[in-house]
Amino acid sequence: MNETKATPFRIVCYKFKQRKTALVAGLFIMLLVLVAVFAPGIAPYDPYLTNYGLSMLPPSAEHWAGTDLYGRDILSRIIYGARISLTVGLTSVLVGALAGVTLGLISGFFGGFLDGLIMRTSDVLFAFPGILLAIAIVAILGPGLINVVVAVSVFSMPTFARIVRGSTLALKESLYVRAARSIGASRNRIMFVHIMPGTLSGVIVYFTMRIGTSIITAASLSFLGLGAQPPTPEWGAMLAESRDYIGVADHMTIFPGIAIFLTVLFFNLFGDGLRAALDPKLK
Amino acid sequence: MLKYFFKRCVAIVPVLVVVSILACGFVRLLPGDPARMMAGQDADTATIEMLRAQLGLDRSLPVQYFTYMGNVLRGDLGKSLKTKRPVFQEISLRYFPTMVLAVAGMTWSVLFGVFFGAVAAIYNGKWQDYAAMLISVSGISMPQFWLGLLAIQLFAVYLGWFPVAGFTGKWSELALPSFTLGATVAAVMARFTLSAFLDVLSEEYISTARAKGVPERRVMWKHAFRNALIPVVTMAGLQFGFLLGGSVVVETVFAWPGLGRFMIEAVAVRDYPVLQALLLLYSFHFVFINLLVDMVYAMINPEIRFE
Repeated sequence: MNETKATPFRIVCYKFKQRKTALVAGLFIMLLVLVAVFAPGIAPYDPYLTNYGLSMLPPSAEHWAGTDLYGRDILSRIIYGARISLTVGLTSVLVGALAGVTLGLISGFFGGFLDGLIMRTSDVLFAFPGILLAIAIVAILGPGLINVVVAVSVFSMPTFARIVRGSTLALKESLYVRAARSIGASRNRIMFVHIMPGTLSGVIVYFTMRIGTSIITAASLSFLGLGAQPPTPEWGAMLAESRDYIGVADHMTIFPGIAIFLTVLFFNLFGDGLRAALDPKLK
Repeated sequence: MLKYFFKRCVAIVPVLVVVSILACGFVRLLPGDPARMMAGQDADTATIEMLRAQLGLDRSLPVQYFTYMGNVLRGDLGKSLKTKRPVFQEISLRYFPTMVLAVAGMTWSVLFGVFFGAVAAIYNGKWQDYAAMLISVSGISMPQFWLGLLAIQLFAVYLGWFPVAGFTGKWSELALPSFTLGATVAAVMARFTLSAFLDVLSEEYISTARAKGVPERRVMWKHAFRNALIPVVTMAGLQFGFLLGGSVVVETVFAWPGLGRFMIEAVAVRDYPVLQALLLLYSFHFVFINLLVDMVYAMINPEIRFE
């Protein structure tokens, strides 16, 4: 590699490309996003179209993943389900990250009372195991996808806040931040222009790792009947409908599960690759 | 040492207080009139008023909190709105099945997790390493409820080795649910064991042992493995809370008569006294387990105590 071109960004890209699994995972995620965006064009059938004459048919040339209890095409429902799972996974982590990063910056930068308040609040949130917190929030707000997004965001927030607080504390005393302060940069400018970008590598890694967890949690809540309600083609909700037909119509259990599993797996592999590329301690 | 323990114990008090306030104030967070919500759509005014008085909702917030906590300390958690029986009684019926499930799940996950992690570390960079880590990342990506459904499909419906669901006290009924519950934690433990093991292997005393001619097998098991286990034990403790959370999903899949399924039922019928009590119970367990882990860790690792 030409030495003058070895910018930090290029080094990260280079390291990332060396991890073949992460690269494949990235391609799969892009494909999945395309499938979700163009679902109406790709799905062979209407995901809501019922036909009792075609109830619980096994996979065939017409219905690649078979049909469900109401004769709806499972493949089409999985394709539309990608929209829901990706949207829920991404928005909930994004909301959690935005709130968490802001709180972490404030906590680390100002210290004192605000720091104590924010960190003790996150201790309290940590005192509930993640999914229980989500269930409690849904119990207050009522079942539904939007409430699931709120619930999952709330329990991603404290970890983001902690990661950012840690790096803010370190960066606050660094030479370039002191230099910025000495030339009279405003507090907001120092926080958002000088410190925040330095905390982002940790945030990005946790962000990608978190998407998988959020998709699983959201699907679990839907499976438990607290998230997406029928007839929404959500993967977890589809698995809940399949429960009573184990041994009768196994394809109903297998295909939506594969969709969740592969999606989460590739987000995790992608996150692993990013971590390897962004973490200077790992080779 | 004692001073450290004391400090840690004092530090959790505010957390416990806030958690209990949240659990108690939980009913107040409901949109609208909680008494009306609980009584149901077609309740008359008298019933609602009675419920309001019974739940103490007509009194001020601090009074409500102290009355509730006072009752909790005396073992009175109120009555379930659905079954009309004391919540304490309902919970004690279901406590044992959940704990059995969690402990069994934890046992699986430590055994498998440490095994796969150690294999990956010893064969670092070889195919065994990649295979173990592929299994591990798959385990993390597998939704527990799907794994449970697949396990029922294969081992209960087709092979008939284990019962499909339920728990009446037989060991065979414990196999599939505990395995499902432990799978995710096992995957996390495997990754953690791998990195703990690799950290230890780069220590100087390992090089010393190798240099003085200690056989490789002995270096691995006597010198490396034992020291790698310290952080692994800590991690196992911290994962126990996660396991309790996961039990909600697994209990639903396997119709397990435990607290987790009870919680989902309570959410469905808006049985708020039950939900309050369960939230309190789960979070107190979680906080105390973390405290216990901290203490065990401090006993093993003296550096922590003098922080």
